[in-house]
Amino acid sequence: MQHTQHIRRTALMGATAIAVTAALALSGCAGNSAANDSGEPAGEITVLTNRTDLVDTTFADYAATFEKKYPGTTVKFEALTDYEGDTKIRLNSKDYGDVLLIPSSNVTKDKYANYFEPLGSTDELSKEYRFTNEGSFDGTAYGISTFGSAMGYVFNRDVWTAAGITSPPTTEAEYLTALGKIKENGVTPYYTNYKDGWPLATIEGNLGTVQGADVRSQMIADDAPWTEGNDQYNIDGLLYDTVAAGYSEDDPTTTNWEESKDLLATGEIGSMILGSWAVAQMQDAAEKAGESRDLIGFWPMPWAQNSTFTSVTASDKFLAINKNSDNKATARAWVDWFTDESGFAASQGAISPVIDADAPDTLSDFTELGVEYLELAPDPVGKEAVITDIANEAEIDLFGNSYRQKIIDAARGAGDGDKQSLFDDLNERWATARATISE
Amino acid sequence: MAITDAPPLEVGASKPIRPGRKQRLTGRRIMPWLFLAVPLAFLFVLTYIPVANMFWYSVTDWDGLDPEKTLVGLDNYIEIFTRPEIFRVFFVSLFYLAGAIAQLGLALFFAALLSFQTRFRNFFKGVIFFPYLINGVAIGLMFLYFFRPDGTLDAVLGAFGVQETPQWLGDPSVVNVSLAATSVWRYMGLNFVLFLGAIQSVPAEQYEAADLDGASSWHKFRYIIVPSIRRILGLSFILAIAGALSAFEMPYIMTGGANGSETFVIQTVDTAFRYSKVGLASAMAVVLLAIVLIITAVQRRVFPDEKADQE
Repeated sequence: MQHTQHIRRTALMGATAIAVTAALALSGCAGNSAANDSGEPAGEITVLTNRTDLVDTTFADYAATFEKKYPGTTVKFEALTDYEGDTKIRLNSKDYGDVLLIPSSNVTKDKYANYFEPLGSTDELSKEYRFTNEGSFDGTAYGISTFGSAMGYVFNRDVWTAAGITSPPTTEAEYLTALGKIKENGVTPYYTNYKDGWPLATIEGNLGTVQGADVRSQMIADDAPWTEGNDQYNIDGLLYDTVAAGYSEDDPTTTNWEESKDLLATGEIGSMILGSWAVAQMQDAAEKAGESRDLIGFWPMPWAQNSTFTSVTASDKFLAINKNSDNKATARAWVDWFTDESGFAASQGAISPVIDADAPDTLSDFTELGVEYLELAPDPVGKEAVITDIANEAEIDLFGNSYRQKIIDAARGAGDGDKQSLFDDLNERWATARATISE
Repeated sequence: MAITDAPPLEVGASKPIRPGRKQRLTGRRIMPWLFLAVPLAFLFVLTYIPVANMFWYSVTDWDGLDPEKTLVGLDNYIEIFTRPEIFRVFFVSLFYLAGAIAQLGLALFFAALLSFQTRFRNFFKGVIFFPYLINGVAIGLMFLYFFRPDGTLDAVLGAFGVQETPQWLGDPSVVNVSLAATSVWRYMGLNFVLFLGAIQSVPAEQYEAADLDGASSWHKFRYIIVPSIRRILGLSFILAIAGALSAFEMPYIMTGGANGSETFVIQTVDTAFRYSKVGLASAMAVVLLAIVLIITAVQRRVFPDEKADQE
């Protein structure tokens, strides 16, 4: 009998063990790599990335080069399709890789210290690297830019030349006239990428073109950003006017980003407002369609002042180190190597985070036109989160696509309101939210 | 529990229980729980704890990331009931409700038809059930190509001489019909299989008796099939209403809620993850849960199960 009891107890313990294991598995088994606190790069690190397209090719090569330089290290990648959404949830745990990209749409700067390892003082790092301000909070840098890009619009040179436009329009009116001429040739002048949404969100990057580097501070002090003369008005107004004049695709709800590259390359659409990072991808598409890479041009936004164009530059995602990483030395070595030596920015045709690096040839149009680059000023200390807070409170996703889809719907006659009523409503919600936030 | 019930538990007072036997009895009581431990753990960890958390979040102003959650009482609930635009999206659910009723009708029609001797019936059963097995994202992509201008649907209509077609997803007055139709296409197979199973469990003698009485197919359907599957009909109806209120997958994949196709769940997801108002979104989820429970309760009061049994 004693024996039976023993067996039962074992069974009970076994079941408990299974339950515990299951619970552990559910809680996301953190920390499977061995700790390394020697200060020297060694052991394994996990790098989170949003580049599902490069992870098995370019990034695998980078890892091999890095491992050769630092023997004894292993770099593992984890590529996430919904990078921002997934990492946001994972930040609640400690398990978000050793090196990651800051999910900037979700984590405000004042929270950086909760999740990321300080990389040095902003003053020091900004001597070497561009965009350090954007990855910093309160004088300490937490993220280093992967690459930067300038804002403007990609266009098909043949299509624009055929319509008789060979120099960039300097005002919104000229720009719309140009689109009108393109439309007369039977080409869709502008493509919104409404369905995929995120390309719509990137047009917010033009903030600052007219108002200058302090635009964000001005906006959080303004009750009506959608007023003529403001960047926010220009950005959304241009979108509204383009769509209302019928210069965009017929059915925006079925657009497709991957397809849009081919459409631009084959001259079925004329232009898209995007960052300069897109130029290389469009050129690839042109090559695939049997055209020259020069077919794709990149012009600054039609908001020239005193006949000088301004283009806002901004960083893409920032590399940061997990505060809870148990292999920070290797993680830091990877961040430095990736920024200084990998040549990633150049391979993307983008502006390198390293100040000394040359301007990429994707921006040759800008160099010819003498476009002035503008980097936004850092938000005042303690006010970093205000613009996001107001936007969230007002449920206006400034850095997203939802409210711009509504603008497009109204402009094409599928939704309620006109330009004035839409902007009045946005201003009203902004003002109310601003009052709530400053309480 | 059946295991513990099997041996006689009452042991005569004249026979003292041996210690070993007592232990075996305890073992027998514990055993079922041991087998249940893993599924129960999953149920608690993946269902009850998150739901309890949701109730807790719904009375805070949590943004989804902040380590601190401030208690705000019923503010979130007050906001939901004082902002008309939050409830306006339930209007969209009416399209899905109409779709769901059409879906039940079609599923019942095909199930009844294919339960009789029909040529190629197994083939048709497969054809009808197949869409339910396809991943929702794949269906979303497929139907995006189907509905786009000059896409499959327009081409098919064009072959029949219909040239003037609306933008199936671009026209705000059509988009919800298109999306609801996609949902019907996807989920009809499930209802169909449920109905078919219920119909086939009707004893064959009843049909034979009906044949002898000279009943037509319609009579067999009306007086044998429908009464026998009332229960499953009622259940499908509850599921259809709940599904219509919480429609999410198809519109989220295909339009992301743009162009007036936003449903209550899409709005909840946007509130939580786009505007970082997890507290408010949790309250919205609680409200949806309450609405579904109320409708189910009303539905069960109006069509009680017992009544179906007595007939």
